[in-house]
Amino acid sequence: MADTAGEKKEYWRWQENCWIDETKDWRAAKIITAGIDVGSVSSQAVICADGELYGFNSMRTGNNSPDSAKNAISGVLEKSGMKLEDVHYVVGTGYGRVNVPFAHKAITEIACHARGANYMGGNAVRTILDMGGQDCKAIHCDEKGKVTNFLMNDKCAAGTGRGMEVISDLMQIPIAELGARSFDVDEEPNAVSSVCVVFAKSEALGLLKAGYSKNKVVAAYCQAMAERVVSLLERIGVEKEFFITGGIAKNPGVVKRIEKLLGIQAVQTQYDSQIAGALGAALFGYTLMQKQGAPAKAA
Amino acid sequence: MYSAGIDMGSRTVKVVFVEELKVDGAPQLKWGVKGKHIMFPEDLDADQAADKAFNEALQAAGITRDKVTRVVATGAGRKQVKFATADVTEVSAGAKGAVFMCPKARTVIDVGAEEGRGIKADGEGKVVDFAGNEKCAAGAGAFAESMSRALQLPLKDFGEASLRSDKTIPMNAQCTVFAESEVVSLIHSSTPKEDIAKAVLDAVASRVTAMARRVGIEGDVALIGGMVHNVGFVQSLKTALGVDQVLLPEMPEYVSALGAALIAAEGK
Repeated sequence: MADTAGEKKEYWRWQENCWIDETKDWRAAKIITAGIDVGSVSSQAVICADGELYGFNSMRTGNNSPDSAKNAISGVLEKSGMKLEDVHYVVGTGYGRVNVPFAHKAITEIACHARGANYMGGNAVRTILDMGGQDCKAIHCDEKGKVTNFLMNDKCAAGTGRGMEVISDLMQIPIAELGARSFDVDEEPNAVSSVCVVFAKSEALGLLKAGYSKNKVVAAYCQAMAERVVSLLERIGVEKEFFITGGIAKNPGVVKRIEKLLGIQAVQTQYDSQIAGALGAALFGYTLMQKQGAPAKAA
Repeated sequence: MYSAGIDMGSRTVKVVFVEELKVDGAPQLKWGVKGKHIMFPEDLDADQAADKAFNEALQAAGITRDKVTRVVATGAGRKQVKFATADVTEVSAGAKGAVFMCPKARTVIDVGAEEGRGIKADGEGKVVDFAGNEKCAAGAGAFAESMSRALQLPLKDFGEASLRSDKTIPMNAQCTVFAESEVVSLIHSSTPKEDIAKAVLDAVASRVTAMARRVGIEGDVALIGGMVHNVGFVQSLKTALGVDQVLLPEMPEYVSALGAALIAAEGK
């Protein structure tokens, strides 16, 4: 065995990501806004300079929301040499949005995801699927990224990132490899029949016993997850263009299967799909600052 | 002559034999338990496991195969028992066995590893109606099992720990997977383990009580399934149901196998 004895590998641990746009100078910007998305599983901070994405930091949510918010923004501030005082307006969003101590305002993640998707996927986006850590939302929006309708599942781990982490650990396959591995199979299996992640775990072990390869079990699970979210999407209807946000958007094993079930392609983006909520929040901040006129300083 | 019930669970196989008791002047036939046997099939196939468990049970009870007239199978693997004369669902078998053991019970709550359900039964132990957790682990033993892992408190100590708590902490998450994170954050906020244990058992109790209410709670309530052994859960269930007592059958693991045996004895 290649694994060192006694060392527990965390297969579920996804890549944290901190990035700034080196081509831009934030000091030249008139209005700097930040969006902080404190989710149940991941937290993101996005900084926008004059309404354009400047930098972001995406990391795992810690034990409490205020610290997670601080840690998320610290990363991107440090990288860009910015201070919190340089940010004119901060909007909090996500599950822990009311616990962002330095935010001026809190806006729901549904509004923020739509706004962020509008920026990331273009203003033709009408349907957004946000596959988050502990929930899954199907959102309709207009050409400005304003929400017109939505449906969500936040009661059950089936179809969420947390469910994917559980399978990654169970199969001992790093989470970023699950998608590619799910296509490396002799034939496409049927979806795992259990909806509940707890039962799906037993079912997955049963499939391994019955001679399925690990990859094939992953394929069966990705298919089940795709079927689960497609049923949510179908209840609200899918209008073009279609865009996926959240961590699962990085998993082609699920995305390609969703596209196949729906018969349409999701819009591709150059940005990290996990930042949509924080980006939307920062953009809302920019709009508010424009309305207010003279920039105030962050609290 | 004997009748047998075999309960093919996901982790164990249980066999019960019943025999006709001669009771002078009794208007109805009476049945008594002749023998019971439990086996862990481990890596055996379902049909091999059924054969092995049945033969071991015959031996333990000291009866021969030809003395067993009918065999009714129940449990998740009930269709795999080739030598069974018939099979019945776990719901029918559970209700039958529970009412036999606790004759006053008309509501049977069954909380096993992967299922939780509320059953309404008549005086004969026939199912009138039932509601279950179906596709979700919330309201099943698996929920408590996951939380006991998160708490690093063995399931057998879990119930006793919860009895030491008088706090009521509501759990927000219904989903077992999310509840695990919730338990972890309770641990991080230094909530005493016994309070968390109680919160978990209260959550399961409130889920199964909701199922029982869906079919209507009548008469006495009996609890069957693995959670019978969890004293804390029994207490949480009493509170959730608002009753003074919950009947606990003897040999709780065998209730479904016994129910199947009784159904066999009645000629199915």
